[in-house]
Amino acid sequence: MSFELETAEHPENLRRVAIDPVSRVEGHGKVTLLLDDDNQVHQVRLHIVEFRGFEKFIQGRPYWEVPVMVQRLCGICPVSHHLAASKALDMIVGANRVTPTADKNRRLMHYGQILQSHALHFFHLSSPDLLFGFDSEAARRNIVAVAAAYPEIAKKGVLLRKYGQEVIRHTAGKRIHGTGSVPGGVNKSLSREERDLLLQDAYQMVVWSREAVHLVRKLFEQHLTMYNAFGRFQAHTMSLVRADGALDLYDGGLRVRGMDGDILFDHYDYRHYWDLIVEDTKPWSYMKFPYLRDLGPEQGWYRVGPLTRVANCDFIPTPLADMERREFLAFDAGRAAGATLGFHWARMIEMLHAAESIKDLLHDDDIMGSDLVVSGERSGRGVGVIEAPRGTLIHHYRVDENDLVIRANLIVSTTHNNQAMNEAIRQVARQYLNGREVTEGLLNHIEVAIRAFDPCLSCATHALGKMPLTVELHDSSGGIVSTLSRSGDGVFC
Amino acid sequence: MTHPILILAVGNESRGDDALAPLLLRRLAEQVADGRVELLEEFQLQVEHVVDLAGRSAILFIDADVSCEAPFHFSAIGAAHDHSYTSHAMTPFALLHAYRQVYGADAPSCFLLRIRGHDFELGSGLSDAAAVNLEQATAKVREWLGDVAKTGWQAEASDA
Repeated sequence: MSFELETAEHPENLRRVAIDPVSRVEGHGKVTLLLDDDNQVHQVRLHIVEFRGFEKFIQGRPYWEVPVMVQRLCGICPVSHHLAASKALDMIVGANRVTPTADKNRRLMHYGQILQSHALHFFHLSSPDLLFGFDSEAARRNIVAVAAAYPEIAKKGVLLRKYGQEVIRHTAGKRIHGTGSVPGGVNKSLSREERDLLLQDAYQMVVWSREAVHLVRKLFEQHLTMYNAFGRFQAHTMSLVRADGALDLYDGGLRVRGMDGDILFDHYDYRHYWDLIVEDTKPWSYMKFPYLRDLGPEQGWYRVGPLTRVANCDFIPTPLADMERREFLAFDAGRAAGATLGFHWARMIEMLHAAESIKDLLHDDDIMGSDLVVSGERSGRGVGVIEAPRGTLIHHYRVDENDLVIRANLIVSTTHNNQAMNEAIRQVARQYLNGREVTEGLLNHIEVAIRAFDPCLSCATHALGKMPLTVELHDSSGGIVSTLSRSGDGVFC
Repeated sequence: MTHPILILAVGNESRGDDALAPLLLRRLAEQVADGRVELLEEFQLQVEHVVDLAGRSAILFIDADVSCEAPFHFSAIGAAHDHSYTSHAMTPFALLHAYRQVYGADAPSCFLLRIRGHDFELGSGLSDAAAVNLEQATAKVREWLGDVAKTGWQAEASDA
């Protein structure tokens, strides 16, 4: 089974362009394009070139170590793994319902993570493209240039992210390797001093988050036709929703909508996700391709993440974010809500929801309670699902009678979006590359589409001197026509 | 009050030699328990770390490196517009440049210790070669702290 532009019929006659690795993306990704002599695109693939082996990393460990050690899987969203693992291990220790204090402290931690991750993504990784243009000078497309041209925007981005990190520090206990969430609950609640400290800036974060929503809206208004069309494709969508249909980033049931917007599954119990989702493999990528079992691999692929969540829920349970959601869904007769670049708008709406939720939770005295942990009948299997910044995150563990993990399965957000990201870049290749001379600016269009998803290919190894970028242009006989390289410190040669 | 000296170690200790900086930080914990030196550990540098740099007298970044000569490379560093947008992580140079943009002034005196690493696989321990490099790098940091003590950290931290 193959999708359009996934596999060329006669690759031997085509020249190959590689974007390797994709920049401003966590981990190692690579895009390859096969072009004929007229620059017509015949094949486009997003490859994941690093085998991660996370599950093996976890096997054999005592289950209570897992919420801490899974944070080392990813330097970008460690809290998401911390919480998804904790929820799975709640089932192992028989904690069917954690205490209000535990639930609210975990949620506070999660909203801190959403706030800081979304701020990083928008202000640091994507705003250079959006503010300067996709084919602007490569040297300008970075946060430093944003800081020079738009100092107030850059400063707010820095401080929003810092605030999210501070929420994490106070709820998880540490800046990194936090231990706040444990199987069955939390090991600390917020002190009054911590609560008062965080409250000092909570309202400012709400104001700045709303300004960020309006900034993205303004960009859409300025470039309406292009933003709506860029990398546009139709997909099924999946996210958690609360029992009443509200957006819920921490818990709930799975809702799947078809391409026409109709609900296919609702409030699906994620503890049996394997009846809903199957993971497929392809020989050219280490990352799996999940699909909906009932629809099969060809029709059943789907999209997750902020754009999906904001459109998939019935409402957002904080007032300002819900107001912005309604305006987003109504904008240009709903077309922005189906656009790949609509991810950025939806992401900022979620950041606003996170800021509002943090402010509300800090006013809730349960957050300072002392009833931290519960337990019940021990089980050998646990599944935890949350909506991480990039989308649905599944942790699944089997634990033996000696308390050791004997099997682990993680389906991360970027894996759910694997086929969707491939669809987006194929669409961009059709729109912008077909028949044109390949330039760095045009190749950046491909990366802009990938970055809209905010994929975390998750290596968390970043040692200095690594992460080069090399673009090679081959002729039809396979010979290298030209090469452009960028070293780890950003120097082109 | 802000500690006048900041040592910021960057690395993931479950990634083989990427643990070099966090391990070095732990060795320093007893030596710097006098309130003058703050030790911070992070997976990677991000733009919000400009806030951590503010109000210091001196800052030392420590990171594993796959390109420097063994056992380590130590240098004073300044801001550079190095376009390090190749991943979610920033280089110390770009971070200092961002500091200048955010605060409108140069960051405090900064140094970078790059310790040569070799194996960065998930789940791997520290390699033998990196362990040797760690010993020598630790001695270098202790020497640096001694030098700074004589000249630098009597200065009061200021609010940026």
